[in-house]
This record gives sequence, C-alpha cells and structure tokens, in this order.
Amino acid sequence: MVKHFVSLQWKSFWRSASMSSGLFMKIFMAFWACWLALMSALGGIAFYKLVKEKLELDPLETLNRFLIYWWVGDLLFRYALQKMPVINIKPLLLLPFNKNKIVSFAFGKTVFSFFNVIHAFFFIPFSLVLIKNGHPVTNVLLWHLGLIALAYANNFLNILLNKKDNLIFLIGGVLAIFGGLHYFGYFDVTVYTAPFFQGLYDLGWMVFVPMAALIVLIALSFRSFTSDLYLDAGLATKSKDIKTENLDWLNRFGRTATFLKNDIKLIKRNKRAKSTVLVSVFFLFYGLLFFTGAVEAYDGPVWKIFAAIFVTGGFLLSFGQFVPSWDSSYYPLMMSQNIKYKEYLSSKWWLMVIATLISTVLASGYLYFGWDVYLAIIVASIYNIGVNSHVVLWAGAYVKTPIDLTSNKKAFGDKQAFNTKTLLLSLPKMALPMVLYAIGHYAYSPNAGYALVTIAGIAGFAFKDAVFTKIEKIYKTEKYKTLSAYKQKN
Amino acid sequence: MIAVHNLSKTYTGNTVLNIEHLEIEKGKSFGLVGNNGAGKTTLFSALLDLIQPTTGYIENNGIKVNSSEDWKSITAAFIDESFLIGYLTAEEYFYFIGELRGQNKADVDALLSKFEDFFHGEILGKKKYLRDLSKGNQKKVGIVATLIGNPEVVILDEPFANLDPTTQIRLKQIIKELSADPNVTVLVSSHDLMHVTEVCERIVVLDKGIVVKDIVTSAETLKELEEHFGKNAIADTVEEANQ
Repeated sequence: MVKHFVSLQWKSFWRSASMSSGLFMKIFMAFWACWLALMSALGGIAFYKLVKEKLELDPLETLNRFLIYWWVGDLLFRYALQKMPVINIKPLLLLPFNKNKIVSFAFGKTVFSFFNVIHAFFFIPFSLVLIKNGHPVTNVLLWHLGLIALAYANNFLNILLNKKDNLIFLIGGVLAIFGGLHYFGYFDVTVYTAPFFQGLYDLGWMVFVPMAALIVLIALSFRSFTSDLYLDAGLATKSKDIKTENLDWLNRFGRTATFLKNDIKLIKRNKRAKSTVLVSVFFLFYGLLFFTGAVEAYDGPVWKIFAAIFVTGGFLLSFGQFVPSWDSSYYPLMMSQNIKYKEYLSSKWWLMVIATLISTVLASGYLYFGWDVYLAIIVASIYNIGVNSHVVLWAGAYVKTPIDLTSNKKAFGDKQAFNTKTLLLSLPKMALPMVLYAIGHYAYSPNAGYALVTIAGIAGFAFKDAVFTKIEKIYKTEKYKTLSAYKQKN
Repeated sequence: MIAVHNLSKTYTGNTVLNIEHLEIEKGKSFGLVGNNGAGKTTLFSALLDLIQPTTGYIENNGIKVNSSEDWKSITAAFIDESFLIGYLTAEEYFYFIGELRGQNKADVDALLSKFEDFFHGEILGKKKYLRDLSKGNQKKVGIVATLIGNPEVVILDEPFANLDPTTQIRLKQIIKELSADPNVTVLVSSHDLMHVTEVCERIVVLDKGIVVKDIVTSAETLKELEEHFGKNAIADTVEEANQ
C-alpha cells in the first residue's frame, strides 16, 4: 500500500509541469538548495566561534535566548509558504484505502518537507561543535531532540492553523511587537523564554515537554484531518458572498479603463495578486536596513539609491515581472478578443505608476532620516516610473509561467524569470541607477548624482512608445508559445 | 465566410489535423462531429489563431487569421473555461466583454434580458465569482457572452456538454434563431449526434484529423451518422478480436 503512495508521489514530483522546465532552472534550484544548506551548516559552525570570541558570551545560552524568535518565525514562514498536503487526496478517497492510511501518508510526506529538513543543517553542525568543545553529549543530544520536537510541532501546528485565515497577521504582529520592544530595550521577552530552552539542556526531563506537545499536536491534527476528509468539509474550496463592483469612475482613463477596472479586481480578489501588495508594503520598510546604518556593508552612498529603488518600486517589481502571466488563466480569451495590446499594457503600466506614487508618498516617513534620504527616494521613484516600469514589462514578456491566482503557496516561489534574457534585463533596473549616481557623486557632488538618475528617469518617458511597440512585437512572436505554456497547469 | 486551405497540424510527427479544403458559407449553421482526438478543438483553435498550423491557413471573411487581426471584431467564441475570467461576477464579465466589443452597459443589459429563460435565475444577481459557479452555469455564461456585440461568426465547442436537459433545449432554440439570421455563421462541435442534426444545416465528420463525411442535413442524416459511428465501433471490435 505504502509502495503505491510513494510511487504516486514520485511520479507527481517528476512529472509536474514545473519539473519539466529547462535544465538551467533545475541546476539553478539545486544550486540554491545546496547554497542554503551550506550556509546554514557554516552558520552552525561559525556561530559558536563568533559568539565566544567576539562577544565573549556563552554560545549556547545566547542561542537559547533567541530560539523563541526562531520558533515563532519558523511558524510564520511555514504558514506563508508551506503547502498543505491536501492537494492530491481527492482521487484517493474512492479507492480502497483506509482513511487513516491516507492521512498518515499525507502527514508522513510533510515530515520530509524542506521546511523541516533545513533546520538540521544549522543545528546538527552546531551540536557537533558543542560536543567537541566539551559539552556533555547526553545534554546536547536531549537539547537537540527537544528542538527537533519543536520544529515538528510547528509542522503540525501549521496544519491545524492553516485553516484559519488572517492568523498570520496576528502571530506576525505579536512577533513584531515583542521584537520591537526587545530591540528598543523596553521589554525583553527572551528573559522568560530562554530558561525553557536552557532547561532542555540542563534538565534532562524537560525534553518531555516538547515531545508531549508534539504528540498532542499530531493526534489533534490527525483527528481534525480525518474527520475533514469530505468534499464539502476540509477538501471544499471556500466561496464567500461577494458583490458586483462598479468602478466606472475609472472610465476617465479611456479605453485603458476597461483593463484597469479588471486589473484592480484581479488584485483585490486573488490571493496570489494580493500578496504582491503585501510584498510592496514589506519593501517600504526595506530602506530601514540602509538608512539606519544597521548593516555596515550598506553604508556607502550608492546603496541609498539601491534601497530607494526597492522602497518605491516594491509593487512595480513584484507585479510587473508577471505581466502577462497574471492573465494566464484566461489568455485564450484575451487573444481571441479584439484587443489593442498597447491598451492592455498601458493599464498595467498605470497600475504600477500609481502604486509607485503611493509608495513614494508613504515613504515620506523616511524624512525622519533627513531630506537627503527622501530626496534619494523621490529620485528613485522618478527612475522607477520612467525607466523600470518599461523594463519590467519588457522582461515580463519573456516569462511564460502560468499563475494560479487562487493560491499563494509556492514553496520556492515561481520558477519565473530565470532565463538569461530576463537576467540581462534586470541589470538596468538596479545597476544602472547605481552606476549613474556613483558617476555623479564621485565626479562632482551627491546632487549631481541625483540629477543624473533623474535625467535618466525623465528620458525614459520619451521611449515609452518605442518600448511598448517593441513589447507588442515580442508578444506577437511569442504568442503561440505563451498560449501553450499557459495551458500547462501544475 | 470561412475557408480552410491545405490546413494541417502535426505534433512531433503525429498529424492531428489534415484538411485540404473546407468552405463554410455565410449565414449557415455548421456542425462538427467526431470522436475524441478527431481534431475538432484543434480546428477551432486554429480558426481563432490560438495555435499555429503546420501547413496551410484559414481565412475568416477573406482575412487570413494568422496575418491580420481584423477578424477578431466579427468573431466570438467559447471553447472552454479559459475563456472565462474566474474572479469576475457574471455581470462584470458580460460588461467587460461588452466594452471590448464596443457595447455599453445598456446594450449588454438589453441583450441579457433576452436570456433570462436560459439563465434560469442562476446567473445574474448571484453573489458568486465565475470560478465558484458549477460547470453548467459557467457554460451558460460563456455561451451568452459570445453573443454580445452582434458577432458574424460564433464558434461554440461542445456547447451542450454539462448542460441540464431544459437548458439544452433552450440552447438549441438559441442556435436555431442565430442561424436564421443571414449575417451570422454558427460553428458548433458536439458529441451528441441528435443535437447537431437538429440545429445544423451542414455536418462534417472528422476522424483522426481528416474530413470523412460532409452532409447537408436532411431527415436521414441522424441515421446516417449513427450508422457511421456504429460501424466504427463494430470495426474496432472486430479488429480487437482479430488481434
């Protein structure tokens, strides 16, 4: 029986549409997976040394203090990204399997998930280093066991919590508040949680606490999952009552309005599209890393422009790179209607411009760090609108990944833009404004740098029509390829 | 209205469509029948320039479909759910299509009011996105959307599949009315021989991409078609037995 399940899984993995993508992509993914594993392992080894020698603290105690953030952060990460094991269950329901067996298999599958395995790459080397440095083997092992139990507890907690919407904001909010209070020195939550993690090491019996929690969670999620194995219960797709929306005020945009109205609904009503808005909010705060001087490596003046491009362009970059994939599920309709491609494109363009302007206004909070910082943001905003909006659309024309609008769970993100053409096109997005600024900055003055970037941005407008014509041509030549690529769903 | 010239489509050495010549007159209703894999959807997709023919071309109203897009304003089609926008309500979808085809809301509303019977109260004013409608109701939306903006060519792939009996009868009525208009050419494919013979003035049978029958519908057509497909079934059984 298990053999059948495993072979099904094997086939579904190797035959999925995303696996059949190019060799380049496979190598790229493998490379990143190895890289991540290697970095985690190195981190595990280096952490001990760094803390001991640089900070002169006890590495284990220091790590234990921060483990609460690791644990909650991990839960958040899983909630946002880890796929639920429900996907392939439906066809199995009618087959002569015991339901318990189906659920055990689905759960068993999650045990080997990337999200569980990745922790091992940090903690195993770290534990080995601990033992090598004279920590008692039993204690380290028990501590390690406790952490494994906690990681897996997250795995099953996520299965239970995943049914609840919006919980992620609650957990994320709590984490952010405690993190903030800790950072500014008002309240240190780790004082209360560190003893628990330390206890795993000091007191052997403490390991039973996470173990017990894990067993309870497994039992709970097992029960809730088995009882939900009905088409109208756990396997149902939710549908809410909704209203027909009237966005006629947009008609002032002329022919473009037809598409603009649609695009706004696209963003409001689809999980996947909504998350791009979320991303752009995150990017708004990205500048804090640079302008607060939190990261030393980012102190050079040129990095200001880099940060500002992201602060104002979060939406532009995350939404624009998937034009026209956003419309992949009804692309044949679009292709058989009487549509002027330029109107279709300019709707997306307007959307990106409006979002960039809103981000620029919201980013006025950076005025706190001085006029100079906000000037960088305004300049980057002009560059984003003038140049990047076109480049992003251009790069998007080569992307042929169908997007499943209703789901935002993609473990590795989309295999999207990683072909050589789009990689080349990403250069002008980031590197060009930095280079321009550097030329002005070092040759004359910071203001000259800003002026150069601004001029490039304004000059970009002049090429709008030319670029749109070029993109239109690409879409036409790639039309059949795109159509057939969009037909393949996962 | 529509002319197919030396059309063929080959996927990795496997020819799925091969039509030397086929002409469909203006104002006629044209039926396409054939078993799975006969090439019906491939032909319609080629007609809509959604796939590139290996050889040959199709003309729609004298316009080569793969070199100009002018045919789009007079052609409407519903092939499958990829012609629906899942996150819109039915009304929003109709208005969107209307805007693309130069119809304002009042025009669209006027057209929709004619199909209240057909919708059977399950489409308009429902607080649901199209992706949450049942297959049959999605089909109703798709079919009616093709009629927005007075198209001269209407292409429906398997319009009867998934519809309930009442709606099937109403759909036959709609297609008949459409084809009564001398300006409208209707192209329908179906697995249901009875429905096609009832609504189409001319029926073409495709088998593995080749036109094997081209019949002007008469009282005997249904019998002829049933015999043709029945013979196929018998031939297959005999072949199996011989092996």
